[in-house]
Amino acid sequence: MIQQFPVLVVVAPLVAAPITLLIRNRRLTHLWAMAVAWFTLFVSANLLHEVLTTGPISYQLGGWAPPWGIEYRVDTVNAFVMVIVAMIASVVIPAMPTRIRLDLAPERMYLFYTATLLFIAGLMGITVTGDAFNVFVFLEITSLASYTLIGLGAGRRAPLAAFSYLVMGTIGGTFVLIGIGLMYQMTGSLNMADLAVLLPGVQHTRTIMVAFAFITTGVSIKLGVFPLHQWLPKAYTYAPDLVSALMSATATKVIFYLLVRMIFTVFGATFVFGVLHLDWLLLPLSLIGMFVASLAAIYQTNIKRLLAYSSIAQIGYMTLGLSMVSVAGLTGSLVHLFNHALMKAGLFMVVASIFYRLATHEIADMRGLGRRMPLTFAAWVVGGLSMIGVPGTVGFISKWYLVLAAIEKGWIGIALLIVLSSLLALVYVWRVIDVAYFQSPPEGQADRIEAPPILLIPTWILVGATVFFGINTTWTVGVAEAAARQLLGVMP
Amino acid sequence: MSEEPKAPMKVREMVVLRVTAKMLIPFILLYALYVQFHGDFGPGGGFQAGVITAAGLILYGLVFGLDQLKRAVPQRVLEITLAIGLLMYGGTGWVTLLLGGNFLEYGYLAQHHPVHGQHYGIAMIEGGVGVGVASGLLVIYYALAGRGRR
Repeated sequence: MIQQFPVLVVVAPLVAAPITLLIRNRRLTHLWAMAVAWFTLFVSANLLHEVLTTGPISYQLGGWAPPWGIEYRVDTVNAFVMVIVAMIASVVIPAMPTRIRLDLAPERMYLFYTATLLFIAGLMGITVTGDAFNVFVFLEITSLASYTLIGLGAGRRAPLAAFSYLVMGTIGGTFVLIGIGLMYQMTGSLNMADLAVLLPGVQHTRTIMVAFAFITTGVSIKLGVFPLHQWLPKAYTYAPDLVSALMSATATKVIFYLLVRMIFTVFGATFVFGVLHLDWLLLPLSLIGMFVASLAAIYQTNIKRLLAYSSIAQIGYMTLGLSMVSVAGLTGSLVHLFNHALMKAGLFMVVASIFYRLATHEIADMRGLGRRMPLTFAAWVVGGLSMIGVPGTVGFISKWYLVLAAIEKGWIGIALLIVLSSLLALVYVWRVIDVAYFQSPPEGQADRIEAPPILLIPTWILVGATVFFGINTTWTVGVAEAAARQLLGVMP
Repeated sequence: MSEEPKAPMKVREMVVLRVTAKMLIPFILLYALYVQFHGDFGPGGGFQAGVITAAGLILYGLVFGLDQLKRAVPQRVLEITLAIGLLMYGGTGWVTLLLGGNFLEYGYLAQHHPVHGQHYGIAMIEGGVGVGVASGLLVIYYALAGRGRR
């Protein structure tokens, strides 16, 4: 059965979605969504294990041989990303019955689970497929599901945020499609591995350069690379809290994977960095993004918007590692995918717990909450320390590799800038801690309003994992480094 | 002699429209079925058939009113057929998986005649696409036409 696993990660959630529509019962659909997420995690973990022991797996959809048929191709890089997505989904979905800030009648909750499953199916599809057009199809499935999920946020701003994401997302998706179309025109192929062979023959043509420009720009819009990030703060702020947790930890990771895949596998590092010098553009943009977004995060009064800007800064770290084009830099980026997914999902879960009790996202309303919700806020502190990059947390590991990569290149200035930007993270994390721990709670309210276990347990699983993988890095860094070597074509 | 200015006639009162629509709709639906099953041998297929089916039903909705259409095809039914359409497609894939082939490897549907298997597989997924597309378009029509009149 293991040879069927590459397709199962996609079709299990994809077929489970319409079944959810038929089940309708609120409790049953939740259990069903949870079971599907765990099944997907089991399958992706198995795939990663298989890939690490025996090498890449190729799967022919419908039995049609590539490059004519659609090929699903699993290697270390995408197996790693699939595990991240499935892991976060498995931890966040169990907390979903709390229905935080959801503009949906309880008896229509099954629609929410349907959209969530479609969202996961789309993300898995983008990750596993080895076919460029198939990427676009799954990109659309993911996007449509995420517009729905964002639009379900309570209040009138959620549909507006979903719409502005829809406009930007459609432009991004169309750009990707135009790029794929141009590549197809020049090579007659849609299979990524086949494209990698055929493109060097025509890469000097303007068509291929335009194709590259369209694909990179389109993917960067979807990723939220500075300065194409405007949709992101709105979407994360007005989406339901748990959707923000799910999206920030999975969607950006998968889209970053897509960028990496397009650059390193399809177009090839020599063409992208040797001929077109994408790094000359990406490196300064990453650095500006890290600083501008972190500064913007400092001035936010809404805790979700703060985390959203922090996400943009973190995307800056990922693209920074990418634009270094070295094994160390790419290892830093890929390990940061995993690490950032853990800490951002954990922090958004804290926000969800706070909103569950206080119905507010304003930092000013959180006075004295450190004493009223001790366990929840302890999670914020640990997750925040990781965001800053304190040793013993996962944030330190990612930054350590990025700094090492910068020093290896002899860019001492950039290494210093990475450290400096962490200090900005200290400021925005501390602002919340200061309000929660050092200001007294408002008079005449209950002493203890700890979040219910259904929220607390997933939060602490995520936050606990940031510490666990901050100390025990053999697995994460090992896999990320193997993936980086594979992408750069360096044999160990 | 001054006549009262006539109020513009409502669509539902136009006899020509009503009679023409009533005559056309069965043929539109029949044509959809033709396109659906012709898809195996020539141009056509599930998507087009689904669109034509939906067009016939939307014509009914435009002439006789949304409420009348909803009585004929309730929204709740559409939600189920929408799911069934997708399940017919995905389910075919799962069946081929369980029969030992790859996902959507139709040859496995008929063990002794792989070509027949291809035929069954295509017919199944095109059927799924037809049902899914028709229901999807109708759901969109219901959502747009029903705006502001809850």
